Amino acid sequence: MSKVKVENLTKIFGRNPKGVLKKVKDGISKDKLLAETGHTVGVNNVSFEVYEGETFAIMGLSGSGKSTLIRCLNLLNKPTTGKIIVDGKNIVDYSNKELKQFRKNKVAMVFQHFGLFTHRTVIGNIEYGLEIKGISKKERNKIATEILSSVGLEGWEDKYPNELSGGMQQRVGLARALANDPDILLMDEPFSALDPLIRREMQLELIEIQSKLKKTIIFITHDINEAFKLGDRVAVMKDGIIEQIATPEEILTSPASDYIREFVKDIDKTRVLQAKHIMFKPSALVTPRDGPKVAVKEMQKNGISSLFVVNHERILQGLVTIDDTINAIKENQSLTDILIHDYHTTGPETYIKDLIPNAGSTKYPIAVINENNKLLGIIVRVSVLSSLV
Amino acid sequence: MIIPTLQKVGIITLHACEVKKNTMSSFPDSISFKVGIYVNSLVNWLLHNVSRLFEAISEVSIWILLKIEIFLYWLPWWFFLLIIFLIGWKAKNIVSGLIFAFLIFLIGMFGLWDLMILTLGMVLTSVIISLVIGIPIGILMSYSSKVNNIFKPLLDAMQTMPSFVYLIPAVMLFRLGKVPAVFATIIYALPPVIRLTDLGIRQVHREMLEAAHSFGSSSWQTLLKVQMPQALPTIMTGINQTTMMALAMVVIASMVGAPGLGMEVMIAVSQLDIARGFEAGISIVFLAVIIDRLFQGVAERFKYPE
Repeated sequence: MSKVKVENLTKIFGRNPKGVLKKVKDGISKDKLLAETGHTVGVNNVSFEVYEGETFAIMGLSGSGKSTLIRCLNLLNKPTTGKIIVDGKNIVDYSNKELKQFRKNKVAMVFQHFGLFTHRTVIGNIEYGLEIKGISKKERNKIATEILSSVGLEGWEDKYPNELSGGMQQRVGLARALANDPDILLMDEPFSALDPLIRREMQLELIEIQSKLKKTIIFITHDINEAFKLGDRVAVMKDGIIEQIATPEEILTSPASDYIREFVKDIDKTRVLQAKHIMFKPSALVTPRDGPKVAVKEMQKNGISSLFVVNHERILQGLVTIDDTINAIKENQSLTDILIHDYHTTGPETYIKDLIPNAGSTKYPIAVINENNKLLGIIVRVSVLSSLV
Repeated sequence: MIIPTLQKVGIITLHACEVKKNTMSSFPDSISFKVGIYVNSLVNWLLHNVSRLFEAISEVSIWILLKIEIFLYWLPWWFFLLIIFLIGWKAKNIVSGLIFAFLIFLIGMFGLWDLMILTLGMVLTSVIISLVIGIPIGILMSYSSKVNNIFKPLLDAMQTMPSFVYLIPAVMLFRLGKVPAVFATIIYALPPVIRLTDLGIRQVHREMLEAAHSFGSSSWQTLLKVQMPQALPTIMTGINQTTMMALAMVVIASMVGAPGLGMEVMIAVSQLDIARGFEAGISIVFLAVIIDRLFQGVAERFKYPE
């Protein structure tokens, strides 16, 4: 379900943004507009949708308009034209009072340089949103303390932000945003100011928090790896325009422009592609009720030397090899007698990089199964190993 | 040998000057415009037409002045020293506290205690009124560039105008005594607190404001919960400067009959009494140093860890 829907959003900075709107629509270049009229185009006719519970990453280099765009979503920037529909209501039309309510209840923001109130303690910062909402002192202290421990900041309540390291400051920033229990979390390059190790830690923590809370997250970054790691879908921005919106795999496999192709060139595919992207539907399967002869015939037909055995609900039972099956025919055994289990299984969302050691150590295909042991597909070793090059 | 040479040079230069001076080098007397008389008539007009306002201002400042003086005179002298010591100790350290108390004690020994209280009373009154007027103006300036454009040149003028000049209209509007002194002092001491309030609020980090707005804060909430606390250390510096300038002006204001240490200096100057002038002068220095240090110490407490 669509939570946020942006339609033809344009944001122009300058003395008379509406006046130059027509020129922008006619496709004047950014530089020319600046030279002629002194106006800057931040965001140019952007449309996209963000679904409920999704992490939507907006990726772009500096000056691409991504920060301008995210500030439009809580109207810190007033759009020049366009609609922003949240839960069916166009927030651009909101009155001052409605806007305040919207900001208090529906949306919270995390900032690149944290934006913490240096005159307030950690707990005071986290309580800020609740204070504005008019929640009683006791209640907000209780909520803030809970959130504080959920981001691992126990014992730091009464410190001032500047006494904390960068990583911890951003935890406070995140906690402050979460304390308000917003539906939508806007994150403006939240981890860019952190050093790489802390950044990775924070990314994992965000993934963990998100798996619990299921917020709708709009995440800005200039780092394509980060966008691919965190984003369910990724929008790539350039010069105020969205060049492509797609899942990381789609962007990786079919980039929409040379610009994006250039970007994804250096991406480590094994960190983006998952088991489900490279598995294929097994063309041959047998059930235990089928005799060994059927199994041999299947293997012969498909030119393979082993076969997965599933029951009629496609629950994985085991694997038979050609040698064992021929033996079984001779000795009149059934398939259940010769099942072997020393193959690897994996979930559909495992990253390929985690499959590489497995693929190297087995001679059988890897079975992709869901949590009920149902066989979803198989991955042959060659497709894992070939993605390395 | 050298002297005649120098003389020659001198003569030559003198001649050069005389040669240069022709009819165009001096501004013609026929083109004349006197702005002073308009200011004069403005003050007169104010005096005749808005005298009610000045009476009100006069009454308010006298009221505040009186309350403060009553309080200061009510304090036993040793208690006053104790307070100075305690603030000095809390704000800086125990040695400073002792030194400050001793300096005040010295003023007492000079026989200038009552005059000091009078001076302090006027300084405090001027500062309080300056803050009540100045901080809101500073806030307005930081919010609106229009207000800023109006006040900037006004503040420049207020600060560069020789402080004596304020005394003339002050005397015309409020006659002689403490009230014109307080009035002139306020005008003279107002700019720093306005400027630094404006600066302090403008300096608040943009992301911090965005954060405040993003949680749905109203303008008032942003001002009170974020901007003012953030600007407080800067505003404290402004208050300190305002206080120092008020002290300087209160001394000058003795010319219009404001009693206190300044008056003592004036009398000493007119009588060429070095001893009397020195004691009063050094007392003013002591007061200035103590007030400045105490303020700095207190302002330090308002800073948040960086």
